[in-house]
Amino acid sequence: MSILKVNNLNAWFGEHRALNNIKLSFDSNKVTALIGPSGCGKSTFIRCLNRLHEETPGASASGQVILQGENIYVAGVDPVRIRRKVGMVFQKPNPFPALSVFDNVVAGLRLAGIGRKSILRDVAEKSLKLAALWDEVKDKLNQPGTSLSGGQQQRLCIARALAVEPPVLLMDEPTSALDPISTAKIEELVLSLKKEITIIIVTHNMQQAARVSDKTAFFLLGELIEFGDTSQIFTVPKEKKTEEYITGKFG
Amino acid sequence: MSPSVPIGDVRSLSSGTLINSTKKATKLIRNFTLKRDVHLADKIFFLGLLFTSFLTVILLASIGLFLYLASEKAIAASGWQIIFRSLWDPVRDVYGVLPVLYGTLVSSLLGVIFAVPLSLGIALFTNELAPKKLATIVGFLVELLAAIPSVVYGLWGIFVLVPLLRGSIQPFLIENLGFLPIFTGPAYGVGMFTSGLILALMITPTISSISREVFRAIPHSQREAALALGATRWEMMRLSVLKSAKAGVFGAIILGLGRALGETMAVTMVIGNRAEIVASLFAPAQTMASVIANEYTEATSEIHLSTLAFVGLLLFMVTFLVNSIAHLIISKITKKHTGTF
Amino acid sequence: MSLNPLGDFTRLHYKRRKATNILFCSLMVVSTLIVVLALGAVFGYVLYKGLPAFNWPFFTSLPKPVGEVGGGMLNAIVGSLIMVSLGGLIGVPWGILTGVYLSEYGRGKFASTVRFSANMLSSVPSIILGLFVYVILVKPMHRFSALSGSLTLAIIMIPTIARITEELLKLVPNHIREAGLALGLPRWKVTLRIVLRGSFSAIITGVMLAVARVSGETAPLLFTALNNQFLQFRLDQPISSLPVQIYTYAISPFDDWNRQAWAGAYALIVFVFLINLITRVIFKPTVKGLN
Repeated sequence: MSILKVNNLNAWFGEHRALNNIKLSFDSNKVTALIGPSGCGKSTFIRCLNRLHEETPGASASGQVILQGENIYVAGVDPVRIRRKVGMVFQKPNPFPALSVFDNVVAGLRLAGIGRKSILRDVAEKSLKLAALWDEVKDKLNQPGTSLSGGQQQRLCIARALAVEPPVLLMDEPTSALDPISTAKIEELVLSLKKEITIIIVTHNMQQAARVSDKTAFFLLGELIEFGDTSQIFTVPKEKKTEEYITGKFG
Repeated sequence: MSPSVPIGDVRSLSSGTLINSTKKATKLIRNFTLKRDVHLADKIFFLGLLFTSFLTVILLASIGLFLYLASEKAIAASGWQIIFRSLWDPVRDVYGVLPVLYGTLVSSLLGVIFAVPLSLGIALFTNELAPKKLATIVGFLVELLAAIPSVVYGLWGIFVLVPLLRGSIQPFLIENLGFLPIFTGPAYGVGMFTSGLILALMITPTISSISREVFRAIPHSQREAALALGATRWEMMRLSVLKSAKAGVFGAIILGLGRALGETMAVTMVIGNRAEIVASLFAPAQTMASVIANEYTEATSEIHLSTLAFVGLLLFMVTFLVNSIAHLIISKITKKHTGTF
Repeated sequence: MSLNPLGDFTRLHYKRRKATNILFCSLMVVSTLIVVLALGAVFGYVLYKGLPAFNWPFFTSLPKPVGEVGGGMLNAIVGSLIMVSLGGLIGVPWGILTGVYLSEYGRGKFASTVRFSANMLSSVPSIILGLFVYVILVKPMHRFSALSGSLTLAIIMIPTIARITEELLKLVPNHIREAGLALGLPRWKVTLRIVLRGSFSAIITGVMLAVARVSGETAPLLFTALNNQFLQFRLDQPISSLPVQIYTYAISPFDDWNRQAWAGAYALIVFVFLINLITRVIFKPTVKGLN
């Protein structure tokens, strides 16, 4: 079943067109990987899915993005409400400075007006467990979030995103700033999370895409070149460009 | 190219009409998508910020406007040539602005002349010579100099500097350099020379800290290049630091000048408050700021008040001009530097 | 040697270069010393003259009439407290909001205008601001007042605080804002509760420095708040302030008043020094932590 459908999506930075007529659909409880050389528009693409793209000065987008049957690119749609349903994890771990581990996880809830300590505690524990971080931080919930290691910080950010229970989670090269061990942990996490949530992950690492994803989309110069099952893309790509890219001829 | 695409299904345009869309048309659509969907609370927040910022602009504009309105009587009575009249006589209710203009310019320029070598010396010392810890301490001390209230400088000036100058330094200068018209006349202690000294102390932090910032923005490789050529430390500073920092240092000096022009209390307390044009630097004088501080509360005649407001307007315009020049220079430089790094 | 026919010349030249180097480097040391000594002279003399007069009655009693020895500056201390607090109440939020605008939305022509205005406002001589408030408030009210004094101090604070806020918020990396937005938080919450809160202690530093600065302002109070020999709490009445009282006493011909002026200067300088020290020791590390 498709939870998120993209039709004719275009994105610009000023006069520069970063995405060209993208058409793509994401199945629920699957992991979709977006691959392509840097600058191909894959990050821009997922930033359009939670309408974060338009927060960049000069950036704009048009087209259809249909989330659970609702087009999020029409008049009157509040981007804030959309972002609540579409969580996001960034390239570099970015816990809020000056907030503790606990406060970081519940930041979304608390700022949305949920203040009941018991609820917050439950949600924090659940999210941290989902993010496979609970055992490591349960004794230091009151320490600043920035005191954790890089890999832990990234899982903290995942927990923070999960705490508001979005049906879709976007991950923008979530392991590019991490060491191999932390990377492996995050990948494991992605596989276990897909029971709960639909994941769209941008990666520049093709092995990673092959390891974690069910579907793969290949982007080049703002265009979607090929989209299909991961096994098919990596073994018998239909497009010549895809083949060249995955065999390392460019990128 | 693929066709440009309509914004949503509601406003669907057939893609055919947009295939030939010009840049303008796409822009239109994009602006349309962008401007619509803002969270309501965010809109209110933004408007609140916008309003406050707008008030800040209005504030500056209304300072100029109201000063102009308050000085209209003086301008109406004698026109703008009041600037060039050299008699300031509250007793006979006759006012010419030239003496206070002269006093302001001379005392401020003196301040700048004294302050520039000191400031550059400190900036070079802290940035190029001193070990980091010492540089931090000196930086803190110089910052403290800027934090001392003007009235405290004035107090110190009255009871320490003025007696010192009157008792020994001025008589010495008059005796030995008295052939110069600027060092003639009796040693009052108070006057433009004394004001210049105090102003120098007050603007040194400004000039030195901005110069230091400009020096800091110069890449290290430039210094190494000079040292690798066998330059001594001073030659390195001259070649790679001072040469490329020229414009920035100039901006810093102008900014210091701007501060000196408007400085009020310390100057009021040591300048002697006599609105006359005398060649000697030791003579008492009056500045634009000090004449307002001295006479505004005591002024009774309409024309006196209005003329003082006019002096205020003049001072506002002069400092505005000087400071905008300084900011223009400095912002240009910082922009250039952030561009190259 | 034969390969270097200029040898003797360069050696001589080298000596001269070395001497020049020493000369200029010592000039730098000397100018630093001059300024540090001048600072010491001001501080030292204020300490030396002010300390003896700086006693309990200084804080607790009102000025005595000319000829009577003793008395204090209670009226001026209270007046300064009132005007600085009220000024802060107006100026701090105004300045912070302007700074937030500049840092979070500060692009385009209007923002440049705001930034330029803030810069220019901060370089307007404070006596001009006093004159301005006289025209818009004192004259219509037909009296000098604590309110006018406070407004003047507020205007002095606005640009300083706006610029500090802008600088500090710009240090907050953009991905922090994006993390907040991606959580589905509206921008105002992200700005106030995450961005601003994260730099809170640093902004407090800026506010304290601005407060220290206006606490010493004299010129703009001369014809807005004027002075008052008595204790005054009403906002629509003339009121004393520490700097104006120092000025009045400093230019008076009476020894005892001069003595009081030094005590006032001592109080003012200690206050300013403490704030500078506190902000440096306590708050600076958090500013660095932001980067």
